[in-house]
Amino acid sequence: MAIDQKLAEDLKSQGVHVTSFESLINWGRSSSLWPMQFGLACCAIEMIAATMAKYDMARFGAEVFRPSPRQADLMIVAGTVTKKMAPQVVRLYNQMAEPKYVIAMGACAISGGPFKDGYNVLKGIDRFIPVDVSIPGCPPRPEALLHGLMTLQKKIAKEKLMGSSRARHADPNGPGDLPVPAFGPHDLEPTFNPDVWNPPAITRDASES
Amino acid sequence: MTPDLPAILARLQAALPAAGLVHLRNPGPAAQDSLLVAHDSLVAVCQTLRDTPELAFDFLSNVSGVDWPEPAKADAVAVPPEGTAPAAGGFLEVVYHLYSTARRCGPLVLRARTLDRQAQVFVPSVVAVYRSADYQEREIFDLFGVIFTGHPDLRRILMWEEFVDHPMRKDYVAPDDYEYEPTPHDAVLEKAKLHYPAKPEI
Repeated sequence: MAIDQKLAEDLKSQGVHVTSFESLINWGRSSSLWPMQFGLACCAIEMIAATMAKYDMARFGAEVFRPSPRQADLMIVAGTVTKKMAPQVVRLYNQMAEPKYVIAMGACAISGGPFKDGYNVLKGIDRFIPVDVSIPGCPPRPEALLHGLMTLQKKIAKEKLMGSSRARHADPNGPGDLPVPAFGPHDLEPTFNPDVWNPPAITRDASES
Repeated sequence: MTPDLPAILARLQAALPAAGLVHLRNPGPAAQDSLLVAHDSLVAVCQTLRDTPELAFDFLSNVSGVDWPEPAKADAVAVPPEGTAPAAGGFLEVVYHLYSTARRCGPLVLRARTLDRQAQVFVPSVVAVYRSADYQEREIFDLFGVIFTGHPDLRRILMWEEFVDHPMRKDYVAPDDYEYEPTPHDAVLEKAKLHYPAKPEI
């Protein structure tokens, strides 16, 4: 329900703030994103730098890194996800309470990066868990992580809490725990979760050799 | 300081007359010669190198694996003495880099080779002499499939327990999990071509 902007301004000058519950709740959520305290590779060093005094992630309300997934809202997948580590990352994601968000930080977390063709590197964490924001870079600078965080905050601010286009966490029929992949003889089984991600179709046109 | 390999070899042969030690020459610019050690004397050689005060190789810096499907290539980088018969088939090799912190000298390079690459993939473990070999031998077991006899806890360390095969072997074929590559080139392009749909008719 839209609020008359002029009326809202008039009331504001009288010391009365008018807003919707949706904006208020989303403002609260986006301003206190508590990330989960885990890092997988060199991107984690940049993530740590982003929390320190020079870049100061606390300005965005996201400095409280929680050592337990139960207390975290945001999973920053910072670094190379090996196939051996991937089931644990999915399990940690399942253990987080809704609403929960995922930032894939760096080339490896997005796609496998320079190790994409390796025998033990997952080609992107988006194969198993839904990713809200991807930050490219190898590794991304702390400013890039802050930009990713602000992008996520803007995304949260637009979330609908009711109606058919409501956010996942507001939907009682939303997906529950995601399946945790098993270790196979050469690869994870399955190699991706088709409910979350599907491989792009390979297309060819006639001009190709 | 680089250790004086002929002197060390002479001392080892005096201490362990039965040890099958071969001086391998490196013809490259590094000229880093090495000692090929037979299986049954490897632990005794390490023990002697560590405990003889004049040698005092007290630090095992690195253990690495090498897969040699073609033994001629191994003989090209670690040249055996004249008249040595070349190996019949491929083998796996374990390379040890020893340093002496007491004498500030190293590395002394030792090599141990398995008999073949399939069934006789045994090398004795040196964990009893150098504790630092523990995880590195597990890694070589994991990635190359060398079985270290006498290792206290020989399990996979990088790959998961259910994994079969040894991915660092030169003949390891990774599962074909090609999906899509925006700009394929070289080996990835060859792999990509196998997955392209049939060319549409014009």
